[in-house]
Amino acid sequence: MTTADRPPLTKKDFKTDQEVRWCPGCGDYSILNSVQSAFAKLGKQLHETVVISGIGCSSRFPYYMETFGFHTIHGRAPAIATGVKVSNPALDVWVVTGDGDAMSIGGNHLIHALRRNVGLRILMFNNRIYGLTKGQYSPTSPQGKVTKSSPLGSIDQPFAPLALALGASSTFVARSIDIMGPHLEGTVMKADEHDGTAFVEIYQNCNIFNDGAFKGFTDKEVRSERVMELQHGEPLLFGANKDKGIRFDAGFRPEIVTGDELGTAYVWDETAESIAPAMALATMNEAEFPVPIGVFRRAAKPRFEAGINDQVATAQQNKQESLRDLLYSGEVWTVD
Amino acid sequence: MDTATPSKNDSAKPVQELEQVIIRFAGDSGDGMQLTGDQFTRTTALMGNDIATFPDFPAEIRAPAGTLPGVSAFQLRFSSFDIHTPGDAPDVLVAMNPAALKAHIGELKKDGVLLLNTASFKANDLKKAKYENDPREDGSLAGFRVIEVDLEARTKEALANSALDNRSKMRCKNMYALGILYWMFHRDMEPTMKAIAAKFAKKPDVVDANLAAMKAGHAYAETTEIFQSAYRVPAAKMRPGTYRNIMGNQGLCLGLVAASKRAGLPLFLGSYPITPASDILHQLSSYKHHGVVTFQAEDEIAAVASAIGASYSGKLGITSTSGPGMALKAEAIGLAVMAELPLVILNVQRAGPSTGMPTKTQQADLLQAMYGRNGESPVCVLAASMPSDAFETAYEAVRIAVKYMIPVIVLSDGYIANGSEPWLLPDVDALPAIDVQFAPETSADTKFMPYERNQETLARPWARPGTKGLVHRIGGLEKRDVTGNIDYAPENHQHMIDTRQQKVQNIAKDLPPTETIGERAGDLLVLGWGSTRGAITASVQKLQADGHKVSAAFLRYLNPLPNDLEDLMRGFKKVVLPEMNKGQLAMMLRSRYLIDVVSYSQVNGQPFKSHDVLAYLEQTLAAMKEGN
Repeated sequence: MTTADRPPLTKKDFKTDQEVRWCPGCGDYSILNSVQSAFAKLGKQLHETVVISGIGCSSRFPYYMETFGFHTIHGRAPAIATGVKVSNPALDVWVVTGDGDAMSIGGNHLIHALRRNVGLRILMFNNRIYGLTKGQYSPTSPQGKVTKSSPLGSIDQPFAPLALALGASSTFVARSIDIMGPHLEGTVMKADEHDGTAFVEIYQNCNIFNDGAFKGFTDKEVRSERVMELQHGEPLLFGANKDKGIRFDAGFRPEIVTGDELGTAYVWDETAESIAPAMALATMNEAEFPVPIGVFRRAAKPRFEAGINDQVATAQQNKQESLRDLLYSGEVWTVD
Repeated sequence: MDTATPSKNDSAKPVQELEQVIIRFAGDSGDGMQLTGDQFTRTTALMGNDIATFPDFPAEIRAPAGTLPGVSAFQLRFSSFDIHTPGDAPDVLVAMNPAALKAHIGELKKDGVLLLNTASFKANDLKKAKYENDPREDGSLAGFRVIEVDLEARTKEALANSALDNRSKMRCKNMYALGILYWMFHRDMEPTMKAIAAKFAKKPDVVDANLAAMKAGHAYAETTEIFQSAYRVPAAKMRPGTYRNIMGNQGLCLGLVAASKRAGLPLFLGSYPITPASDILHQLSSYKHHGVVTFQAEDEIAAVASAIGASYSGKLGITSTSGPGMALKAEAIGLAVMAELPLVILNVQRAGPSTGMPTKTQQADLLQAMYGRNGESPVCVLAASMPSDAFETAYEAVRIAVKYMIPVIVLSDGYIANGSEPWLLPDVDALPAIDVQFAPETSADTKFMPYERNQETLARPWARPGTKGLVHRIGGLEKRDVTGNIDYAPENHQHMIDTRQQKVQNIAKDLPPTETIGERAGDLLVLGWGSTRGAITASVQKLQADGHKVSAAFLRYLNPLPNDLEDLMRGFKKVVLPEMNKGQLAMMLRSRYLIDVVSYSQVNGQPFKSHDVLAYLEQTLAAMKEGN
C-alpha cells in the first residue's frame, strides 16, 4: 500500500487515548516509548499492525498502542498470534509478553512458535518477578530470591531466556534494556527487519516488587564496564575505553582478555551457523562477566506461515473441485 | 434372520430372502476386522440396502495378540426397510480366535451362525483367551449353527502361487472370510475388488493375494456342503435421491467445508490429535484444495487459541477435540465469549472421566459444554444425532457462529464418529445462505466502536485487522459496551453479562420448530439428544405400532433450547429422557421448566440397545396405566 496520501506517522500517532496505568517509575513506560518511536521510524501503518499480549503487567501494552490490539489469556499470545499471522501473513504481528507469561505458563507456546519460525516479533519484558500478582518469584528470578511465595529464598534454577530461545531454534535472538532507549529502539527495528520469529528479551525494572534487579550493570556509573554491546563483525569489547574483550577457549568457555591480548577477542558473527558462541554468551555468569546486549543470532529459515499457505495455494492450483463434486465423491448411488 | 422365504437364483444352492441381517466381525486388532466390516458396508450400501454400523475397538494399537483386550469388532446391520441402529444381538458372528469368541458369543442370537477360524484354536490360543476347555468340545456352542473353517490353511492353499511371504499371506485371511460372507449374503465382489486395487495400487502382489483369497472364500462356500443355503436381503425402499455412505466425523468435515464455501470464509482448523476426533484433523488436512488450512498445534490450548486468532483475522476458526481436550480449552473458549468472536468447537465425546475409555462412547460432556468455564460464559451448544445428521449440524454451527459472533460447541460422540449409514446427499444450491459482513473501511478520523451491536442479533461488528480506520483493542477484561474500553463499573458488568446471555437466547428466535415422531400430545414423550436417536426411534416406532400414545423428539439445539420445547413437553403426561450420562439434559430441563423429566441413564461406554430402551418404556407405560 502507498503512504503517499498522508504524511508519515509520528510517535504520537501510536499513542491511544487510554490512560497508561503502570506504576509510576515502571520500566514499561520507557519500553512503550521506544517501541512507539521505532514504529514511527519504520513507517508502520496503524491498521496493518497487530499487538497481541497474554496476561501480566507487560500484557497491558496493546491498550496503549493505536493499532489493532488483542489482550488475550495467560501465556497463550504466541498461539493466538500464530493463528493471526497464518490467516493473514500481510499483517505485522507483535507479541508482548513477560517472563512469567512467556517462560512459565506459556512456555510451551513460546518454544513452538520459535521452532516453527512464525513471522512474529516477540518482545519479552523480563523483570524477574511476578508483578501483577504482587511479587512472587518468576522462572527467571535468581536462585535464593526472597519473595512473598519464597520467604526462605526460591529453590528454582532460573531459565536463561536467550539460551532457551536458541535451544528452540529461534532464528532471531536479541536483548536490550528498558532504560537504554536508543539501543532498545534500534533492537526493535532490527527485530522488525527479520524474516521469521524475532525474540527480544528486554530487561525491565519493576520498581515495586524487584527494584534494582539489573542495577548492578545498568547504573550509569557501571554500565560501560558491565554491559557489552554486540556489534556484528566487530570484536567483543567492553569497558569505557573498550579496553577489555571476551574470547572463548576450546570448550567455548568465555574468558576476559585485556592489554596485549585484546586482539584475540572473539569477532562477533550474529549469522554464525553454530549456536555455540551465542549460547556461550547467553549463559555467561552475570556476576563474573559483562552482560551482552544486542543481536545474539540471526539466521535465515523459511517462514511457517509461508509454508502452510503455499501448500494450500499449490493444492488449489493442482485440483479444482466444486462443492457438489466434493460431497458427491466416492461411492455414491441413486435411488429412484 | 427370522423372516425366511425360500427362492431360487443361479446358484446351485437355495436362496432364502431376509428382511434384515446383523453381522459382527470379531478378531485381533491386527486381523483387519475394521477393514473387513468397512468393505461389507460399502458393498451393501451400493446394493441399495439401508445399513448402520458400529465399530468397537480397543484403544491399544496392538494389544498382545490373541488376548481379550486385543479384540476388535465391527457390527453391521443391513435391511430391506428403514433402520435406525446397527442392531442389538447379531445373527452372524465371525470369530477369528478364541478371545473374539469369548468376548462376543454372549450376544449371538440363539440359532445364530457362528463362523470360527479353527486355525486359532490351539492350546496356547485357548490359554491366551483364558479358556480352560476348548469351547467347540464342551457343548457351550450348542444352539448355534457353528461353521468351522481353517482360514489359515485355506488361505495358504489359495495363495500357493503368490510371491508374498507367509506372514503377508496370512494377513489375507480376513478376505477369505469376507469371500465366504459375500457368498452367504449374495454380495457383489466387484466394489471390494476395486477398493482393494486402489488401496494397494503400488503393491500389485498384495492386490492379487487379497482378491485371490476373497474369491477362494467365495468358491469354498459355494462348493462345500457346510453351507446349506445363501441369503438375500432385498434393497430397501429409501427416499429417492443420491446417497453415499457417511461416518459422523466425515459428515462434520463436509458440513464445515460446505459452510466455509457458502460463507466465502476460508476455513482454519487448529487441532491436536485425540481419539476419537483425530480423523477430523486428518480429513480436513486433505481438503487444502478447498482453501482449508489445518494447523496441528503443540497442544489443545494452542489449537483453540490459534483458531481464535484465525477468527479474529476474519477466517472461519474451528477446533476439534474430545473431552479431555475440552477441559484444556475452557479458558480460551471463555476468551472467545468475551471477545465475541465466531468459533466452532467440535467435541467428539468419549467415555470419561479423565482419560477414561478413549475408544468407547458416552455423552457426558453436556454440562461441561454448557457450564465448564469460569464466570457466566454462555455459548451456543448443538448436538449431532446420527452420522447422516453431522453435516447439517456442523453447517448450522457455522451459520450461528458468524451471525451472532459467538462460540458454538458441537457435541458428537464416538458412536456417531465411527458409525456409518447411507446419507441422502443435499442439493448444494439449496443450502441456507451464510451471510458474512465485515466492518467496512472508514476514514481515520471516526473512532471505531468494536462493541456497537446489531440491534436484532446483538452481534458486534467483525472488524478484521488490516482494515483502515478500524484499529481498536479487545481482550479478556470486562469492557464498556459500544466502545470496548476496559470498564469495571458495576452497572456495566451487569449489562454485559445480561447482553452476552441475551445474545445466545436470541438464537432461539431463529430455530425451526421441534419435530416429533408421532403426535404433539399424548401419554409419553421420549426426548433424546445425540446418538441415542437411533435406539429411541426404533423403540418409539414399535410402541406406536402397538397402539401406544408415545412420541419422540430429538434436540439438536441444547443452548438455547427451542422456544416450543416447554409446550411440547407439557402436552404429555410423562417425559422420559434416555442419556448416556447420569441425567445431564434431564437436569437442565427440570431446572429450567420445573417439569418432572424422568432420566433413563446408561453409562457403560456402549450405545443404548434398542431392546433395553423398549423394555424401559414398556415398563414406564405399564406403571402409568396402573396409576403409579
